[in-house]
Amino acid sequence: MTAEELRAQVAAFLAAHDPSSLSAVDFLRARFDAGLAWVHFPEGLGGQGAPRALQGEVEAAFAAAGAPDNNPRRILIGLGMAAPTILAFGTEEQKKRYLRPLWTGEEVWCQLFSEPGAGSDLAALATRAVRDGDDWVVTGQKVWTSSAHLAQWAILVTRTDPDVPKHQGMTYFLCDMTAPGVEVRPLRQITGEAEFNEVFLTEVRIPDSQRIGAVGEGWKVAQTTLMNERVAIGGTAMPREGGMIGLVAKTWRDRPELRTPELRDRLVQHWVEAESLRLAGERQRQQLAVGAPGPEGSAMKVAFAELNQALSGLELELLGEEGLRYEDWTMRRPEQVDFFGRDAGYRYLRAKGNSIEGGTSEVLRNIISERVLGLPSEPRVDKDVAWKDLPR
Amino acid sequence: MSTPDLLYSEVEEDLRSSVRALLTDRAGPTALLARVETDAPYDLALWKTLAADLGTAGLMVPESLGGHGASTREVAVVMEELGRSVAPVPYLGSAVLATAALLAAGSELLSQLASGSVIGALAVPLSTAPGSAFPDTVSFLDGTLTGRVSTVADASVADLLIVPAVGPDGPGLYSVDASAATVTEAVSLDLTRRVADVTLDSAAAQAICTGSAAAEALESALTTAAGLLASEQTGIAEWALTETVTYLKGRYQFGRPVGGFQSLKHRLANLYTELVNARATARYAADALATGNDVPIAVAVAQARVSPIAVHAAEEAVQLHGGIGMTWEHPAHLYLKRAKSDQIAFGTPGRHRARLADLVDLPA
Repeated sequence: MTAEELRAQVAAFLAAHDPSSLSAVDFLRARFDAGLAWVHFPEGLGGQGAPRALQGEVEAAFAAAGAPDNNPRRILIGLGMAAPTILAFGTEEQKKRYLRPLWTGEEVWCQLFSEPGAGSDLAALATRAVRDGDDWVVTGQKVWTSSAHLAQWAILVTRTDPDVPKHQGMTYFLCDMTAPGVEVRPLRQITGEAEFNEVFLTEVRIPDSQRIGAVGEGWKVAQTTLMNERVAIGGTAMPREGGMIGLVAKTWRDRPELRTPELRDRLVQHWVEAESLRLAGERQRQQLAVGAPGPEGSAMKVAFAELNQALSGLELELLGEEGLRYEDWTMRRPEQVDFFGRDAGYRYLRAKGNSIEGGTSEVLRNIISERVLGLPSEPRVDKDVAWKDLPR
Repeated sequence: MSTPDLLYSEVEEDLRSSVRALLTDRAGPTALLARVETDAPYDLALWKTLAADLGTAGLMVPESLGGHGASTREVAVVMEELGRSVAPVPYLGSAVLATAALLAAGSELLSQLASGSVIGALAVPLSTAPGSAFPDTVSFLDGTLTGRVSTVADASVADLLIVPAVGPDGPGLYSVDASAATVTEAVSLDLTRRVADVTLDSAAAQAICTGSAAAEALESALTTAAGLLASEQTGIAEWALTETVTYLKGRYQFGRPVGGFQSLKHRLANLYTELVNARATARYAADALATGNDVPIAVAVAQARVSPIAVHAAEEAVQLHGGIGMTWEHPAHLYLKRAKSDQIAFGTPGRHRARLADLVDLPA
């Protein structure tokens, strides 16, 4: 499969499916059925087993034709995390049932992993799932769940056997967010709004047909999800001055009255870091495209978080008197993080999450030092202890 | 802007393997340390094998001029390996700096440097940044040069000096046989890449090019060298990280390997993060120099970003080796000296940031 051949396929598809005469959903369904959704997925599941690197060609060709897209930002968890996990561990029926509406955006996904007592130590999670006939009965509390108030489906990790050490005895499910016993409550954050939620699960019945992977193998399945989370976070190609640096550079150019030599030094330094990080991201994508993914993802997330926090802090100082004001503390429930449509104060506060969400910078540094550099792991006092006997 | 190629080709990896094998064999730490104390701090036998036998001196020179018709991308791979070994060979001075100047000037002398049989040096202070004014410390008159240039990289082993000078007709680049000049080796901060002062007293010289062609050739050489130096700096950072990780895995204190302590692990993770950035940034500069796209920005970003990363990595190597890192017998100091000298070479990071601010329209 070459880029040429794919472009020809897209052209043929567009000739047969006029975006202006079809609804967005019908168009996207047809695109999925034609194997032009995610080209690296298998045939029949929205793809054709083509190299992942060619996806960019396809997206560009559809965008150039003004075709509707599947609003990827809104459904990042579905596209970036649920889909690769279902593909890797789901049954054929599960793949057929879930992947198409996931990709078209008809069904939004969220992720029920973190708990109040299990954040960085995810394997400590306590949400119980107990077998009852063909169902599992699930009770517990999850937290930091973005999009839970919009989602039809969730990927969910539960504890099914408390008598074995914590990394065993977990089982992975797909949870219907409209099922009885699922309650979503907004969780108000540092920015004043509730982009995340708490999710309370009270005797939620999940059919065994919605289990992903074997009973007790939930940790292994979750690892696939988390690996893909890091790829998804750093996975999009960026132009120079894409992201936060572009915003601050624009303010700098538009507002000469705000400039000082000291701020300029810092701005240029961050400009250099942003460009370097952009190139590292590009290099990582090129490695992925030739089938040699490197371990750089964790490092890039750490660097990205630091840069975003430094830049958003600089922006407030640059704005001076204006930086003393905040747009609006009204409690809202936005559908997605909107760094660019909001004011500088919001960006500064929201960026604090960059070094916490998707793995804290501290945990990522442990991952880099242990899995990439091969340094000794932290002493594990919990390794051979049954989950139920762990101090908490 | 076309998409840059930030990976290494198979040919480049093969080149890396042969250069690394040679340097491992002939420029190990013990040999390096022994050599820097002698009267012959440069290893010219190693240079001959590297430059002539492996053909690395003429990589970016077209075949019609006696080279291999490769590009700065391949030269960058050699520079990475030389950074990993800090081998005392005049590669930067001859195969990069002098070669790039002659290449830009279209000079016939290039074939001598490309074959590795003649060592060249570009007579400018190593600290000269791209964008600097054309140097005027040497004057050209009636076929001879008179004046002085200080801290010239690799000049003490050069056969041929390429000298920027100003004459009645303006700036020019001239070639001078090294035997016609007085070359005094300085005591250099960097023990494995030495600088020397060049004094010319009515030394016979041949014009290579004059006028704007000379200014452009000099600028091209400085830009190429600054961009490729980032690959050497990446090699230094890689050595420092790899060596320190190995040491901390084997060094026991408080009953466990020191590398198991989280405070140290996180510092090494930070170095790894910096190295990931350095590699992509240096690779971009090497590719930009090869394609001619986006060169001034790519080079300024590379020097502004990668220089401090190499210094930080070398400093951390010294610190994390503890007392051993402060000793003469451990090679860490050779890398720190190289990293710090490289930070000054072709302009400090601050100078490159100032240049970049203008290039990307971040006005004062």
